[in-house]
Amino acid sequence: MRNIFAETLYQNAIKNKNIYVVVADISIAGNMINFQKKYPRRFINVGVSEMTMIGMCAGLALEGKRSFAYTIANFSLYRPFEMVRNDLCYQNLPVTIVGMGSGTTYSNLGGTHITMEDISIARSIPNMTIIAPSDPQELKKAVNYCCNKSTSPTYLRIGKTGEKNYTEISKEKWQFGKIRKIIDGKEICFLTYGSIIRKSFTAKEALKKYGIKSSIYSCSTLKPFDEIRLKQIFKKYKYIVVIEDHSIIGGLSEIVKGLAYENKYSGNVQSFSLKDKFINNYGSQDDLLDSHGLSDRNIMKTTLKFLKKYE
Amino acid sequence: MKCILILKECNLIDLNKIMKKIFDAKLRCKIHRKEILKLSQKVQALHIGGSFSSVEIVDCIYNMFLKKRDKFILSKGHAGIIQYVLLFYLKIITKEELNSYCQKDGYLGVHPDFGKRGINASTGSLGHGLGIASGMALAKKASTYYVLLSDGELHEGSVWESALIIGALNLTNIVLIIDNNDLQSSTRSSDTHPNLYPISNKFKEFGWETSECNGHSTNEISKKIKSRKKKKPFVLVAKTIKGYPVSFMKNVPLWHYRSPNKKEFIQAIKEINNL
Repeated sequence: MRNIFAETLYQNAIKNKNIYVVVADISIAGNMINFQKKYPRRFINVGVSEMTMIGMCAGLALEGKRSFAYTIANFSLYRPFEMVRNDLCYQNLPVTIVGMGSGTTYSNLGGTHITMEDISIARSIPNMTIIAPSDPQELKKAVNYCCNKSTSPTYLRIGKTGEKNYTEISKEKWQFGKIRKIIDGKEICFLTYGSIIRKSFTAKEALKKYGIKSSIYSCSTLKPFDEIRLKQIFKKYKYIVVIEDHSIIGGLSEIVKGLAYENKYSGNVQSFSLKDKFINNYGSQDDLLDSHGLSDRNIMKTTLKFLKKYE
Repeated sequence: MKCILILKECNLIDLNKIMKKIFDAKLRCKIHRKEILKLSQKVQALHIGGSFSSVEIVDCIYNMFLKKRDKFILSKGHAGIIQYVLLFYLKIITKEELNSYCQKDGYLGVHPDFGKRGINASTGSLGHGLGIASGMALAKKASTYYVLLSDGELHEGSVWESALIIGALNLTNIVLIIDNNDLQSSTRSSDTHPNLYPISNKFKEFGWETSECNGHSTNEISKKIKSRKKKKPFVLVAKTIKGYPVSFMKNVPLWHYRSPNKKEFIQAIKEINNL
């Protein structure tokens, strides 16, 4: 995803001279190198100084520029939190905070580098918007939005490398603030965001063997959340399954359950989220997800039980 | 006499004009302090000590330096009241707005809020203003950004992050003034962090042009800012006295936040009038 981010940002920067990127000592990949070479005045590496990275972005925005703060997710949101809150959100500036390698992406780096509560934190700040594209294609649209249309601070939650495209089959265009149907099925509905969308596709295929047809929706805008579409989903499905690479606290699971209660949803919601427990084991991203109950096998097993339970 | 000598030493030709300015500034600063005292009688508490230490600095920036394209950022946001008084003096906000300070549905609170007329950044939590100014200075190289920090604020690590990158990027359109009153809210800043002082050296090592002055002398402040070389970002360490010039407020930590009672108010006005 970071290469698509860099490529899209670079393409926008060619057209829009107001685009600045401020990075905090991150190794730059792909077209970010071209951005730096071609527009050195608009590419600033502040070094290992995340608070100033955000403050600088705020100052640029206060003078009419479109700025992107870009580094690994825990450093872009957690470390400079008060600058994000006061400088960006309180002043409501159209700055994009890019959280690269979010969730369990950096699976070998230990709990200090895992962002399992970033959406929860970002959601609680007034004026903040959150976009977590489900694949590189959605990311491209999201970056275009951030470069040209956003009117408030955005936390852009992205992965790192090797993510596949899943949403190109959708008949619906990506739009900021909208839930997007990727695949249509009748019996069960998967709601997800971020690159973990792959697990809903795996589950869909597995359920097919049991004759169960699944829908998959990409909820890439976590805030503001598309309540209208969710209400339609409540009407259409009796079974909703949430899959997210985020803590059970404050993420999509809580959004859906909260709105289900408010809307008197009579169906059932099953969520697969990270536990409220620090991750301090290592291995692949899937190894980490497995340890928190998000293995393909467990998702499948639990979903089948879930369906039978309410048959 | 001392002021005249300094001016002569500097070979300032139009002595009369500058003397008039100094005279005006002194008078203005008296008016500003009395205005703050008047407002103090409407609120339970205000940051009068740190505001009084900044009066000459803020007055000087607004009256002698700020051009239309320039901006002032009060990073030591707790001294917001002195900025408001200046904004009123310059007719940027109205008397009614000034008088609504900290009142229900009022226009102004203790700390400056972006979006209010004349306020360029929301401050109040220390250590934010310089980072914001770094972005502004990058965006508009032809503008000058005047930033006021307190020496207590220099305890914040974020200030040094910003100072380091401003030096590295050589943002010569930043003029930083440190209100060096050597008092944090509870104690002497130099007791907590003796190694912070002298301040200038630290900035010099970070690539800044530095200077020092008496922060209660408009003449000195303006002279130092005017004579900067503009080859590097500039910091002026302005030595001040918290609570200046009121005898019972000077260097007394209690007056970081306290509002004077009626008796103290009358005494303070009297002392300012007799200056």
